[in-house]
Amino acid sequence: MDDLKRVFLHDLHVEQGAKMVPFAGYEMPVQYKLGVMKEHLHTRAAAGLFDVSHMGQVILRGDNAAEALETLVPVDVVGLAEGRQRYGFFTNENGGIEDDLMVTNRGDHLFLVVNAACKDADFARLQTLDVDVEIITDRALLALQGPGAEAALARLAPDVADMAFMDVATVTLCGAEAWVSRSGYTGEDGFEISVPATVARTLAETLLADETVELIGLGARDSLRLEGGLCLYGHDIDSATTPVAARLSWAIQKVRRTGSARGGGFPGADVILRELAEGSDMARVGLLPEGRAPMREGVVIFDENDQPVGKVTSGGFGPSVGGPVAMGYVPSTLAAEGTKLFGEVRGKKLPLVVAKLPFVPAGFKR
Amino acid sequence: MKFTEEHEWLLVEGDVVVVGITAHAAEQLGDVVFVELPEEGTEVSKDDEVVVIESVKAASDILAPLDGEIVEVNTAIVDDPGKVNEDPEGDAWFFKMKVEDMAEMDDLMDEAAYKKFIS
Repeated sequence: MDDLKRVFLHDLHVEQGAKMVPFAGYEMPVQYKLGVMKEHLHTRAAAGLFDVSHMGQVILRGDNAAEALETLVPVDVVGLAEGRQRYGFFTNENGGIEDDLMVTNRGDHLFLVVNAACKDADFARLQTLDVDVEIITDRALLALQGPGAEAALARLAPDVADMAFMDVATVTLCGAEAWVSRSGYTGEDGFEISVPATVARTLAETLLADETVELIGLGARDSLRLEGGLCLYGHDIDSATTPVAARLSWAIQKVRRTGSARGGGFPGADVILRELAEGSDMARVGLLPEGRAPMREGVVIFDENDQPVGKVTSGGFGPSVGGPVAMGYVPSTLAAEGTKLFGEVRGKKLPLVVAKLPFVPAGFKR
Repeated sequence: MKFTEEHEWLLVEGDVVVVGITAHAAEQLGDVVFVELPEEGTEVSKDDEVVVIESVKAASDILAPLDGEIVEVNTAIVDDPGKVNEDPEGDAWFFKMKVEDMAEMDDLMDEAAYKKFIS
């Protein structure tokens, strides 16, 4: 794994028995000694600590930073209140998604978190704007997720207990300035914490000293977000899927839609605004295989007439569901909950049913 | 007990051979969530894909270690795939087979050779 980059907490992961694998150009912990199943269940029951320092952190400064960013994302950035965070995505001229991201208004600047695999392209995209772009390379990013996350973090910084879902605050942790958001990507309540690399290990070890907190690898992160109905970039969404087909229209606020003052003005606006009005041909849906066989990414979906109609984009075993779960794209005409379809696994067409997302109720603190 | 390079163990029990996967294989696979076993009475040739096993990470095939006939399968691991991680070299055996040529068992690795193979 010579060409791979290492995260600041690399040594800690290895000491904690992580199995390190290549992911988005980094050596990352896919699991620790507990294993994917137990790590997943622990996060849903108590608190899981994830190192997501491979993700891109970037600051935008400038008088019109919000307006400038709106030229790249179909999201209301101008109206985002200070101390609040919002989910969004970069789009392309065809209305496809180039990456998804979190954007935060931190008063005198915007703070963005983007996917590791896309970050260089994202940084280049941001550098075309007439704003000051600061790529953060000296901070780790940790996520503390699960129903026990609030109690565990509040022991170090009591004020975080007052934060609501998607609130953002500057908090002192281990003597350093941490940028904390009440968010994550597991479907659970929790926090994402950007801290100077110099205190990352101390913070991780302090949190791990709490008996409710366990280190959790990327394997469980994937099954948690899948059960949470959350898209993984490069799988459930990519440059060829539109936000409307991906069923992410909720992230396009009214002010960016047709007829509003700041409607449009982002790449692919013609396609996306049309689809918002007329609907998309395809739709991302939850899929529940009826048997026990997992249906993984790439499984072809057939309708009742044995015609191929779509594909699974994420799938596997859902530890909290106790069986296989999947997401994929089917024609909008077949996207209604309860629609019976088939997935081809090892040459056999096995029944599955279109299901409501998320598979596990979200634990967010609204 | 004998071992294959495919990380199966074979144990002679009367006139049949019990087949399962090694603890090393189970650990490498991770949490097993799905097992599909062959039908009893299936005639198999060496290296036929006879069992599908899926862990949280991926699907893999278990190959027939020798020529013969599947005479019994362990449905307990279909109902509770997690047993494969709990007791891979005991209760979580996969199938029993009548082997055509028991002499071929001699070509397989013994425990010492298998330990060396995985080290």
